[in-house]
Amino acid sequence: MADTTRRTMMKGGATLLGTAALARAVAPLAEWSESLDMDEFLQRHYKELSRDEMDVILRRIEAKTLAEHGVEVHVEDVRPLEGVSFGYALNLSACIGCRRCAEACHKENNHDRATNNSYIRVLQLDKGSLSLGNVEVDYEGEVPKKEHFYMPVQCHQCDNPPCVNVCPIEATWKEPDGIVVVDYDWCIGCRYCEAGCPYHARRFNWHTPEVPAEEINPDQAYLSNRIRPAGVMEKCTFCLHRTRKGRLPACLEVCPTGSRVFGDLNDPDSQIRWVLANKRVFILKEDLGTLPRFFYFFDV
Amino acid sequence: MLLLLTLACQGGFTDPSREYAEPLARGAEYPTVIHEPTGFGVLDETPIPEEAQREVPPNTACTTCHGPTPEKTWDVDPSEDFHELEVDHGNLKCAACHDPRDRSLLHLADGTQLELPEVIVLCSQCHGPQRRDFDHGAHGGMSGYWDTTQGPRVRNNCADCHHPHHPEREPVTAAFPPNDRYLRSH
Ligand code: HEC
Ligand code: HEC
Ligand code: HEC
Ligand code: HEC
Repeated sequence: MADTTRRTMMKGGATLLGTAALARAVAPLAEWSESLDMDEFLQRHYKELSRDEMDVILRRIEAKTLAEHGVEVHVEDVRPLEGVSFGYALNLSACIGCRRCAEACHKENNHDRATNNSYIRVLQLDKGSLSLGNVEVDYEGEVPKKEHFYMPVQCHQCDNPPCVNVCPIEATWKEPDGIVVVDYDWCIGCRYCEAGCPYHARRFNWHTPEVPAEEINPDQAYLSNRIRPAGVMEKCTFCLHRTRKGRLPACLEVCPTGSRVFGDLNDPDSQIRWVLANKRVFILKEDLGTLPRFFYFFDV
Repeated sequence: MLLLLTLACQGGFTDPSREYAEPLARGAEYPTVIHEPTGFGVLDETPIPEEAQREVPPNTACTTCHGPTPEKTWDVDPSEDFHELEVDHGNLKCAACHDPRDRSLLHLADGTQLELPEVIVLCSQCHGPQRRDFDHGAHGGMSGYWDTTQGPRVRNNCADCHHPHHPEREPVTAAFPPNDRYLRSH
């Protein structure tokens, strides 16, 4: 795809999807076509943009955020770190289901306030079973509740990601550090990826996130927490705007139980590697062959 | 409880910082520091009248009442509720942790004296597996940088999460649930 614009990609998409599916796929696009600006529409694919072109786009996004939300933000195109491969592990013996992680994600990633959106969903499960039969996600009040344990779920950044495989237009892909990203300027909101994800880790922006100006996190990246347009998919990026600069993800820092372990799988001395080597680790829905980079463990 | 709360707020559990550290020279590394529980060791030495001595105001130096040489034995029954303290930690006696030679200090089984902020050394003496996991990041959590060539890392202290007197964790109130229409179970 030497010089593909989204338009030519869309044509490819049409044959791939069939007419009915395409009608659904472009529906969100049609809805906001009035406000769609031409630069954005003709933007080339992320992977083909030069640094200079990207700079122009970033400044345009900053200007747009200032105009529409009244906030000065800094949007960067933060690239993967050379030789780094991210992994994440979560201690189910320690987690108490307090949802501080989901809340921190909500704030960090400029999620829509009214829907309480977050890339993390905490499942309340019956003790002694890992069956996803009796799951509750909207429990409230004091935790942990007796006879229950808790399992926060977010994008597993699979090495064999079904969500990427079903995207008809390559608007989502896997980066060299393992993070699966979405280009919000390229996504057409067909939601195939949402259906394809066995972990329910993808979210659809029914409308652009509404966040009070003073609460907008101005530390933003093109591929992560910048304010998403309406009609596109989004997902956890392991806070790439932080982690690619060496920082820990927001959900880890805020955890009051120390359940979360994050680091570089390529570094044999990293904490994540120690957990994989020394704890009884498992992955969710292993039989699907998705090869997650998100692991769970129990203290034994 | 109040003490623990204030400690927790100053630990790593506040909103994640959005400041970034300055780059270092190649090969250099930022330190990993263990968060020092605040309020430990900063004690007020104002004398307290004897009548009032059964209730210890927080952060009062032990020596304002006890004097340098203990007249009392340390092997008292904790259920007698000295200091109105709730101590529920295994079957430990006060002297397992507080040094009978100097009540303003902690001590290890071999007699090594510790200042209050060194509490983690005390805990580790009896909780080896948790300390091992802690040293590998698998217990206790942290904030700052996973990559210490790019910035410092702060480890939470045992006492940020576990009160030394009653270390069992207390229930907390869950943060807001998701609010999208597909998820409601009731
Ligand atoms: C306000 C005065 C006061 C302060 C300050 C105080 N204590 Fe006490 N402490 C008492 C009293 C009164 C008792 C009850 C024993 C008694 O009747 O003498 C007691 C009893 C104790 C005991 C029970 C064993 C014994 O020796 O009788 C321990 C252990 C102890 N204190 C430790 C400490 C430590 C450690 C500190 C500092 C962190 C401290 N106390 C600070 C007044 C105080
Ligand atoms: C597991 C170790 C441990 C045991 C057992 C223990 N303490 Fe403590 N105690 C500490 C540590 C650590 C601190 C300092 C942290 C703080 O201020 O809460 C402390 C603080 C104190 C304080 C001052 C702060 C406060 O909470 O008022 C007093 C008084 C005290 N202890 C008395 C006692 C008495 C009396 C007993 C026995 C009934 C006892 N402790 C048992 C570790 C212990
Ligand atoms: C002198 C040995 C000793 C020291 C020092 C000590 N502990 Fe303990 N701790 C115990 C024993 C004994 C138990 C009870 C174990 C059991 O019931 O199986 C215990 C239990 C615990 C528990 C489990 C509580 C529960 O009911 O779930 C925690 C958490 C804990 N300790 C944390 C700490 C911390 C934090 C420190 C340092 C402030 C500390 N301990 C210092 C001996 C010690
Ligand atoms: C971020 C909060 C946090 C910190 C910091 C922390 N712990 Fe814990 N600790 C927990 C939680 C949550 C549990 C309960 C779940 C578990 O067993 O891991 C726990 C459990 C424990 C237990 C009981 C284990 C059992 O099997 O019942 C001990 C003992 C303990 N911690 C000791 C320590 C010591 C020692 C340190 C410091 C080196 C420490 N903790 C630091 C959160 C913390």
